[in-house]
Amino acid sequence: MPTTASAAPAHGLADVTASDSTLRRFLHGLPGVDAVGLEARAASLGTRSIKTTAKAYALDLAISMVDLTTLEGADTPGKVRALGAKAVRPDPTDRTAPATAAVCVYPDMVPAAKEAVAGSDVKVASVATAFPAGRASMAVKLADVREAVTAGADEVDMVIDRGAFLAGNYLKVYDEIVAVREACGTSARLKVIFETGELSTYDNIRRASWLGMLAGADFIKTSTGKVAVNATPANTLLMLEAVRDFRAQTGVQVGVKPAGGIRTAKDAIKFLVLVNETAGEDWLDNHWFRFGASSLLNDLLMQRQKLASGRYSGPDYVTVD
Amino acid sequence: MAPVFEYAPAPESRAVVDIAASYGLFIDGEFTEAADGKVFKTVSPSTEEVLSEVAEAGEADVDRAVKAARKAFEKWSALPGSERAKYLFRIARIIQERSRELAVLETLDNGKPIKETRDADLPLVAAHFFYYAGWADKLDHAGFGANPRPLGVAGQVIPWNFPLLMLAWKIAPALATGNTVVLKPAETTPLSALFFADICRQAGLPKGVVNIVTGDGRTGAALIAHPDVNKVAFTGSTAVGKEIARTVAGTRKKLTLELGGKGANIVFDDAPIDQAVEGIVNGIFFNQGQVCCAGSRLLVQESIHDELLDSLKRRLSTLRLGDPLDKNTDIGAINSAEQLARITALADQGEAEGAERWSPACDIPENGYWFAPTLFTNVTQAHTVARDEIFGPVLSVLTFRTPDEAVAKANNTPYGLSAGIWTEKGSRILAVANKLRAGVIWSNTFNKFDPTSPFGGYKESGFGREGGRHGLEAYLDV
Amino acid sequence: MSDRLSVFKTYKLYVGGKFPRSESGRVYEVTDAKGKWLANAPLSSRKDARDAVVAARKAFGAWSGATAYNRGQILYRIAEMLEGRRDQYVAEVADAEGLAKSKAAAQVDAAIDRWVWYAGWTDKIAQVVGGGNPVAGPFFNLSSPEPTGVVAVLAPRESSLLGLVSVVAPVIATGNTAVVVASEKSPLPALSLGEVLATSDLPGGVVNVLSGRTAEIATPLAAHQDVNAIDLTGADETLAKELEIAAADNLKRVLRPQPVDDADWSAAPGIDRMTAFLETKTVWHPTGALGASGSSY
Repeated sequence: MPTTASAAPAHGLADVTASDSTLRRFLHGLPGVDAVGLEARAASLGTRSIKTTAKAYALDLAISMVDLTTLEGADTPGKVRALGAKAVRPDPTDRTAPATAAVCVYPDMVPAAKEAVAGSDVKVASVATAFPAGRASMAVKLADVREAVTAGADEVDMVIDRGAFLAGNYLKVYDEIVAVREACGTSARLKVIFETGELSTYDNIRRASWLGMLAGADFIKTSTGKVAVNATPANTLLMLEAVRDFRAQTGVQVGVKPAGGIRTAKDAIKFLVLVNETAGEDWLDNHWFRFGASSLLNDLLMQRQKLASGRYSGPDYVTVD
Repeated sequence: MAPVFEYAPAPESRAVVDIAASYGLFIDGEFTEAADGKVFKTVSPSTEEVLSEVAEAGEADVDRAVKAARKAFEKWSALPGSERAKYLFRIARIIQERSRELAVLETLDNGKPIKETRDADLPLVAAHFFYYAGWADKLDHAGFGANPRPLGVAGQVIPWNFPLLMLAWKIAPALATGNTVVLKPAETTPLSALFFADICRQAGLPKGVVNIVTGDGRTGAALIAHPDVNKVAFTGSTAVGKEIARTVAGTRKKLTLELGGKGANIVFDDAPIDQAVEGIVNGIFFNQGQVCCAGSRLLVQESIHDELLDSLKRRLSTLRLGDPLDKNTDIGAINSAEQLARITALADQGEAEGAERWSPACDIPENGYWFAPTLFTNVTQAHTVARDEIFGPVLSVLTFRTPDEAVAKANNTPYGLSAGIWTEKGSRILAVANKLRAGVIWSNTFNKFDPTSPFGGYKESGFGREGGRHGLEAYLDV
Repeated sequence: MSDRLSVFKTYKLYVGGKFPRSESGRVYEVTDAKGKWLANAPLSSRKDARDAVVAARKAFGAWSGATAYNRGQILYRIAEMLEGRRDQYVAEVADAEGLAKSKAAAQVDAAIDRWVWYAGWTDKIAQVVGGGNPVAGPFFNLSSPEPTGVVAVLAPRESSLLGLVSVVAPVIATGNTAVVVASEKSPLPALSLGEVLATSDLPGGVVNVLSGRTAEIATPLAAHQDVNAIDLTGADETLAKELEIAAADNLKRVLRPQPVDDADWSAAPGIDRMTAFLETKTVWHPTGALGASGSSY
């Protein structure tokens, strides 16, 4: 299994990022994306019918890929503790249900989250860099990251400066990611959130994906979950193509995390089909693919119960936190 | 290491379709046996299981069908267009209602994946009837002058690759314009046409307006040669099309032919590459390549040849070949042993002529007729696989250096049905499209069909257009 | 014949896919041809008109953006639903227009068939009024019709159902949305039509039906800056002129009352009522030569 990129980009494309103009030329030289064709392909993969044993496999895999998330102004240590307990043991009635990949919280909630998942394999991910808007000075953003990392975050979910990206200041976005990457040190993996809904075009999403990977992202992530359009099959497919192509070109494997708007097991399985048939089975592992979600987990658990018992479950039979 | 994400079988249920042990000819609103009692069997190409026994119409039966159509013509053509429209709307609705049943039936009889019959064939069939239903009372607005008249009895012969869809392409415009029809479905795929006869019954369509005669090429020849047929419409091979053109020579029969093709799919170096790969796959592997407008010649700009071929091969490795009723099957069975033999022979010839053959690893089922998706590289204009229509899942890859050369190579064929252009540059799309001698040009997409959009070929791909406002002309005395 | 007491229907407006009463709380008495009381219909205010325009504007994006095929399916569904409630409309039209049952039935049948006629037009009108233009230069040039936007429709005063359908269907077939002012004298079939529209997969807001005093409702509609066109069929000569003057403020497309006898709605409609509310958009795109040398193949 290829290893994560270290802080110094190992992709061998250093000359691309030598200046603003070389970076722009490179990003604008990527193949275009035809929106109709992309969406048709995503929809076509969405018609795959995943049954019985394949479904059981997919449900457990999906559960193990969830970054169980709470990112509210009203978050409290109590809320985060409950979330952590749920992540570690999603289905109290069935110990065979796998744990989720991580819990995802704001930086100030990292200590509570660490405590809640202590002793388990569940990671603690923290959003940072003035999430979700990302509108703060670089010093503030880096302080945000350091606070999270110091508190023990295993993973940092940063947002890019969409304003800079849309203004064409690609090198600024690149430098920020590199700086955050450094602030993460060697202990924390970095997820780079593009807020694809704000980047708006598929061409932009492809460029952002390459930009993020060039800058050393361990994961590229669709969105914050805080805007109108979050993860979609099409934008996730496009990002899967990007990580596939990046590995083919550089040997460096990068993960993908769709976040926001994935609420049902059916949806989650469609995303796994996208992974399977685009990036391939190397990505079918929570080290390389995640779902940023909250309500998704209970639906996955109810479907899991249905598969085991043969009868439909209901919301009274899963925990509400 | 986690286990691999293997998709468990997800078969569509056969129980939704009830196939009788035998079927007669549908003439004058009744199912009847052939005058000489002859029958033939239709099999499922994916299992070689006999599905049903079907009457084989001889000359006497064809004559009876044409007489029934002639008799029905007077009243049918005299109906107000708005009433004919409502019959066609009823048919369209019933097709929508029964689409799952018809999709399964079509998959059984033809061998194509349920994914295609469910998501492509059946929706298009219903849409085609809806579209032409609407024309029935609007013919004055169609650009053929006031009150254009129907021709009379239409003799229609259709192929096996899209049995019900080709039926819709033929019957919907014929009925909308006030003609009556005698239709002969292909010998290997007669069942959906016979189910359509039942739909006509449910819709209350007057007797004799639609007649279905099953049989082989001899039945078709008898229909086309019948002196009381006013209009001949044929979809099938170029060789048979030429024979039909000779048959109707010197008569007053109006003729439209939709024949073979050797479509060029031209990929420029600035193409949206992932979508181009999808388009290439869709262009040649849709319906196992048994599509007259298939993009069977890939013309790729030399500068991106290797990169594109790598992507294409990777993509082909994910295609799933097998049980056509499985909802996850991408590649189904070849329609018949005869067609399989033809594809096999042409592919072998390609190899013998020195082209490089490649197929992804895939398991071929034991029974039935199967052919793995196949690529030929190092192909030149001189290779048989670049010139002859293979009508199977076989793609020939050629290269070009400049747009001029791409156009020259694309046009260097007696056929002229379809072509594809892949580039992000709009003006190049339009310039190349202007120069291509083909009836349908797809840009940054491929194998798209719509009832509003005319379809048909240049040169030896036939003449006349089906679909759209243009498709009315074939059935009007204009 | 049982002496069971029947249940009256409360007639309400149809706005944004819902059935509100008039915000004004007012009603007016609707009588049959002989002056017998039939129902109390909502007497819409200018605020009802305003709300209806908001609903129509909100619906315009999705409706005009739907495929022509999809719009055709929905219009055909309206015909199916109307056919299913044929008896109800025969009774309402007979009452409203003082017709014998058989004549009322003919009106209803024609109204159903009119929906079918327009259902078939949705995916054909562009082929009839649009097309490629052979400009003298290396350009691809294509003209296609697009819907005008929100159309205020004053339904004919006399033909309460057939006339109504004949003016509403062509407006929405092409992708416009409509605010319809029902016949002042016979509004009940129009208000009931909302029940059919609401159960025909037609998105809420595509057709909005108001009843009341034509002049009171039409005046704010004609002056409304977010209304793109107005069909004056149901206005008398004086009102039509006033409304046309008001409509000039934002250059609304105006369809003047036709000089035909109101009773003649059974005649073949043609395409004029569609083209009245269409814009033509022409797109240019260079084609150019294939090679850099300029030599075309």
